[in-house]
Amino acid sequence: MTHSVTRATLEQEYDIVVIGGGTAGPMAAIKAKERNRDLRVLLIDKANVKRSGAISMGMDGLNNAIIPGHSTPEQYTKEITIANDGIVNQAAVYAYATHSFETIEQLDRWGVKFEKDETGDYAVKKVHHMGAYVLPMPEGHDIKKVLYRQLKRARVSITNRLVCTRLLKDEEGAVNGVMGFDCRTADFHVIKAKAVILACGAAGRLGLPSSGYLMGTYENPTNAGDGYAMAYHAGAELANLECFQINPLIKDYNGPACAYVTGPLGGYTANNKGERFIECDYWSGQMMWEFHQELESGNGPVFLKLDHLAEETIQNIEEILHSNERPSRGQFHANRGTDYRTQMVEMHISEIGFCSGHSASGVWVNERAETSVKGLYSAGDMAAVPHNYMLGAFTYGWFAGNNAADFVAGREFSAVDAAQVETEKQRVYAPLDREHGLPPAQVEYKLRRFVNDYLQPPKVTKKMQIGLQRFSDIQRDLDQIKAHNAHELMRAMEVSMIRDCAEMAARASLFRAESRWGLYHYRVDHPQRNDSDWFCHCHLKKDENGQMSSFKKAVEPYIIPLDAEEMQAYDRLRVGAFAA
Amino acid sequence: MTAFASVPLRPEPHQKRDLEMAYQPQEIFFRSNAPVTVDEDLCIAHKGCTVCVDVCPMDLLAINPATQKAYMAFDECWYCMPCEKDCPTGAVKVDIPYLLR
Repeated sequence: MTHSVTRATLEQEYDIVVIGGGTAGPMAAIKAKERNRDLRVLLIDKANVKRSGAISMGMDGLNNAIIPGHSTPEQYTKEITIANDGIVNQAAVYAYATHSFETIEQLDRWGVKFEKDETGDYAVKKVHHMGAYVLPMPEGHDIKKVLYRQLKRARVSITNRLVCTRLLKDEEGAVNGVMGFDCRTADFHVIKAKAVILACGAAGRLGLPSSGYLMGTYENPTNAGDGYAMAYHAGAELANLECFQINPLIKDYNGPACAYVTGPLGGYTANNKGERFIECDYWSGQMMWEFHQELESGNGPVFLKLDHLAEETIQNIEEILHSNERPSRGQFHANRGTDYRTQMVEMHISEIGFCSGHSASGVWVNERAETSVKGLYSAGDMAAVPHNYMLGAFTYGWFAGNNAADFVAGREFSAVDAAQVETEKQRVYAPLDREHGLPPAQVEYKLRRFVNDYLQPPKVTKKMQIGLQRFSDIQRDLDQIKAHNAHELMRAMEVSMIRDCAEMAARASLFRAESRWGLYHYRVDHPQRNDSDWFCHCHLKKDENGQMSSFKKAVEPYIIPLDAEEMQAYDRLRVGAFAA
Repeated sequence: MTAFASVPLRPEPHQKRDLEMAYQPQEIFFRSNAPVTVDEDLCIAHKGCTVCVDVCPMDLLAINPATQKAYMAFDECWYCMPCEKDCPTGAVKVDIPYLLR
C-alpha cells in the first residue's frame, strides 16, 4: 500500500492554531474555546489526537502536584529552584504551582481518576528530596479518552496526520500562520492564523538509544524536535538547551522503571550489591550524576530493586506498570525471564534529548506561555518551565489557550507572504522530486550516532566542535535525501529538524563554559560550577544574519528567597554524603 | 583462453561512456521482522475498520489492498500498544522489536 500522493495545495484560516494534540495542546484548544466560543480553533496532530504524544497510553501519576494540606506553591518553587541549580524564572514556576490544584480539579471533574485515601483526600506520596508532590493515577490509562471527549464537547476542529514544518511571519514580525504537509497524501497546507500555540513535545529523537534501534527512544518518537526547530526558524529564543534530558531507564526497553510508582511502595534504585546509593529517586541532573558514577564503577550496573517486597505489593506494582504509560514493559520482562519477585531490573541511561518537562531545555516562555515572538505561544515538554511534567503541560496549555484567545480578540488576519510559502514548498517537496538519493533512515541513524559520539555527557569541548562539523556535513546530506512516498517524506523532514536540534545542543553546550545540573551539563574541561560568570540563563536564537547565536540572560529576581543551606540540598544525594 | 579474456576489464579509450550512465544508483532493501502482526481471520478491515491504522502514533500500519487486511508497512515501532489495545476484535499483536527483546 501507501496512500496515493496527490500533492494538492490547501489553504485555510483559523483564529488560533494549536500544533500538537498530546497533553498541553488539547488543553490549550479547549481553554481557548471556553474563553471565547466564537473563535475558530484548529488542533493539528502529526499522529492522531486520540492516541498521540507522551501520554498516548495514559500516565500512572502526577509527579508535581501541589495540593493544599500536602505542600505549598512556595515550597514547590523552592524545591524546583534548588533541583535546577538556581537557574529558573521563579515567576513561571510559581505561576504553575499556584494553578496546579485548579488543573487537578478540572481533570478530576472531566473524569480522570486520582488515588484518594479513605477520607476522600488525594493520596499524595513523597518522592522528591524535600516535599511531597506525587499523586498516583492507577487508572490513568484513560486520560486521552477523557481529553478527546472534551475536545469534541468544546467543538475544537481537529486535523490529524499533518506534519507542520515552518511558521509564517508577517511584516511586523508576528506569527501569522503555519505550513506543513499531510504524511499520507503529501498535500501542502497553508493555514493562516492570528496566533499559534506550539505544543509539540520533547526533542526525543536527538540521541540514538544504546540499542541502536532508531525508534526505541524514551520519548514517543513522533516528537522529533519539530517544535524546537519551528520556533528557532521563527526567531524565538530557546533557553538553557545545554540542560539536556537524560533519564534512568530499563536497559534496552528504554522506558521508565518507574521509581515514582515503586518508590512510595518500597522499591529503590540499587547497585549490583543491592545497596541503595542515592537518597532520593526524583529525576534531577544531580541524581543522574550519581547514577552515571555508579553505573561506570565496580558497583555497576544499576538496578531497580523490588525483590524484597511482599507479593501483594509486587502484584500492585505490576498492575500499574504493565497497564499505564509503557504497558509493553510486562512483555519485555517476561521475554527475558525477569520477575520483580526474584530479580532486580537492570537499568541504564537514556539517550540525550531536549525536554523542559523533565529538565529545563525548551523554547523560552514567560508565566503567560508567551514566547519571545509576537503571536506565538508554547506549552508542555517543549516550553522552558523546568520540571513541568504532565501537570505542567496541562497548566501551561491552559495559560496558552486563555492568553492566545485574549490576544486574537479584535485582531485581523495579516497577509501571507507568498515568497515564504514558495520557499518552504520547494524545501518540503525536494526529497520527493529527487530521482535518486539517500534513505532518510540512514541519514537519521548517522546523525544521531554523531549526537551520541560528540554530545553525550560527560561533554568534551573538542568533541563538540567536531560534532558541529559533522552536523554541518549532514546539512549537505539533507540535499541528497530521496523520499519514495509521503511517509518517507515525513521522516526526511524530521531529519532536518533533528539536525537543527543537534546543532543547537552543541552550540548551547559549548557556550556555557562551566559544569551545572549534574550529568546534564558536565563539561570535563570546565568541571566546576562557576556562579560568578554563569549564574544566568543561556539563550539561543537565530540572529538577524540567520546565524545561531547564544547569549546570557540574567536570572529574574527570586520571588521566593532561599538560604544558602537550602540551595545545597540536591548536592548531597549520595547516601552518606552528610557523614562524609 | 578463458571466457574472461573476451571481456575487457576497462573500456578502451574509444569505448569511453558517460560515467554517469555507467554507475546507476541502486537500492538494497533491508529485511526486518515486523514487530506488529495481524491475525487476518480476526481482522475486520475488509468491513471498513481502520482503528489500528488510525491510532498508530508513527503511522506504520496500513490496509493491504489485495487482502483488505491490516498489516505493518514500516519498521519504526515504539511498541506503545494502542493498535493492540484499541483493535475491536483482538486481531493485532505487538511484540517487542527484536533489537530490544
